[in-house]
Amino acid sequence: MTVIKSNHENHAADDSVGVVETRQVELFTADDPLHLECGTEFAPVTLAYETYGTLSEARDNAILICHALSGDAHAAGVHSPEDPKPGWWDRMIGPGKAFDTEKYFVICSNVLGGCKGSTGPSTNSPRMDKPHALGFPMVTIHDMVVAQKRLVEHLGIDRLLSVTGGSMGGMQALDWTVSFPDSVVSAIPIATTYRLSAQGIAFNEVGRQAIFADPHWNNGDYYGAEPPDVGLALARMIGHITYLSDKSMHEKFGRDLRYRDKYAYDFQQEFQVESYLHYQGEKFIKRFDANTYLYLTKAMDYFDLVDGYHSLTESLKRATAKFLMIAFTSDWLFPAAQNKQIANALRTNGSDVTYVEIRSDYGHDAFLLEFEELTKLISAFLGFLYEEKAVQ
Amino acid sequence: MNKKRDIELTAARRRNDYRLILDIVSPGSRVLDLGCGAGQLLTLLEADKNIVGYGVELDGDKIIECVESGLSVFQGDLDEGLRDFDDGSFDYVILNQTLPVTHKPPYVVDEMLRVGKRGIISFANFAYWRIRWRLLTGGRMPVGESIPYEWYDTPNIHHLTIQDFFLFCRRFRVTILDRHYFSALEGGHVKHSQRLPNWFAAYGMFVITRGD
Repeated sequence: MTVIKSNHENHAADDSVGVVETRQVELFTADDPLHLECGTEFAPVTLAYETYGTLSEARDNAILICHALSGDAHAAGVHSPEDPKPGWWDRMIGPGKAFDTEKYFVICSNVLGGCKGSTGPSTNSPRMDKPHALGFPMVTIHDMVVAQKRLVEHLGIDRLLSVTGGSMGGMQALDWTVSFPDSVVSAIPIATTYRLSAQGIAFNEVGRQAIFADPHWNNGDYYGAEPPDVGLALARMIGHITYLSDKSMHEKFGRDLRYRDKYAYDFQQEFQVESYLHYQGEKFIKRFDANTYLYLTKAMDYFDLVDGYHSLTESLKRATAKFLMIAFTSDWLFPAAQNKQIANALRTNGSDVTYVEIRSDYGHDAFLLEFEELTKLISAFLGFLYEEKAVQ
Repeated sequence: MNKKRDIELTAARRRNDYRLILDIVSPGSRVLDLGCGAGQLLTLLEADKNIVGYGVELDGDKIIECVESGLSVFQGDLDEGLRDFDDGSFDYVILNQTLPVTHKPPYVVDEMLRVGKRGIISFANFAYWRIRWRLLTGGRMPVGESIPYEWYDTPNIHHLTIQDFFLFCRRFRVTILDRHYFSALEGGHVKHSQRLPNWFAAYGMFVITRGD
């Protein structure tokens, strides 16, 4: 869920998609609103998106990347030649990479409810002529997918070669396979779940309460005034703990002190891990909207593939895609066992599914960091589909 | 198509154990291959018998080869059992040249026969006369075609003989439905009945089910 820190990669490198731009398109209008799961009809809806690579003439090489809680449409490349910070999954998307832009047309869009160019609580309500704030309707993972489907159609694509994402992005990928089975050839849900555990919901709720408790939050009506930075930073700090593992935290920070070589017996930040969390919080408030954090965490809490069905197996009977499910051994927020349950249900149904557990100490964050293992698997998986497509 | 894979499959078609399994498995079956390796057997079964196949494999690199071939594989350790697999959910569960590698053979076979209506087990016979001869004359752990590892570098921790397997089946109430013997993985002869198999078969293959 974190965005990879700007790194020392050379952006002019052969394996970068280079300079890209985020585009926006209005997909739902007052005459043709988006029907949300909560019952509301909502318009207008704009999605921000980026694309990399070229759509084939047969329009059969498109891959949709779904981002996690704090991600955005900017998955690869840079926004200008001087931009030091590539997109959040830049190591996975580009010429010769897992999502090889020489072969595939890769799409990534900011989710409905997001704050990076798509319609969300921070965008203006045309009716009110000010940001929606808490007037924004409650959106679900399925609603995000319905909006993405419209975007994919807008790009002239009936059927995606694959849909993928980690964490909340994996939830979207799963929803795609059951909501639009005829529109996805394959899916690669990574480090995800078919419904959050009580523990997952609990952490989300603590994050939300941190925002609510910030006086600047002002019932969500803070646009144009000072935003609830303290609350949002605190929510991010809590989130960050859940993205790491005990082991990775121990190895990264241990009990090391920063700025001091012995205890000062006061409440200043002195342990490394404290300053790391504060740094993550500070960084996050510069790029994220507190209300979006509230809406997206709630969308994750509501997500439940079994809702309306007797069992996960029955729910997944709708899916016809070929699946590659990937989990990480040290992920305790979206544990391997939950990913495996999905794979087991698919197998019971006779669906085409592979389940892989990557050994990693990075915790949930592994889906952004274990790019070598992910690349091997995903290249192999997509390579087979690509060859098969060529044979047909 | 992938040339390397095609060449490997052509080679795999020469293997006696694969050919026997291709004969045994009826078309359209649901097949689970335990310790499926790079997935050659599953690929052949899918191509020739139109099966719905799944593999279980521990080794990540081998899983990547399976994924390259478009197979469905689950990463897992056979010794942890097949607890995520429903009773009777497969027509055949295959354990091909893998039994001596397992830590708990009775448990693995029991799980096989819980999940599968039938099991297919094949293994190298440690009492094959050539192996006996090597042990008798050389006085060292035999290394040869059917057991190609030095004692200190072998994945096999439970060597067995065909006679041992018969006793094992009696002890753990496993019924043998069909048996095949062959003298080498490739080439040699394949027999459906063999006089003194514990002496003269380098490999055995058995179709098994749960006894009463």
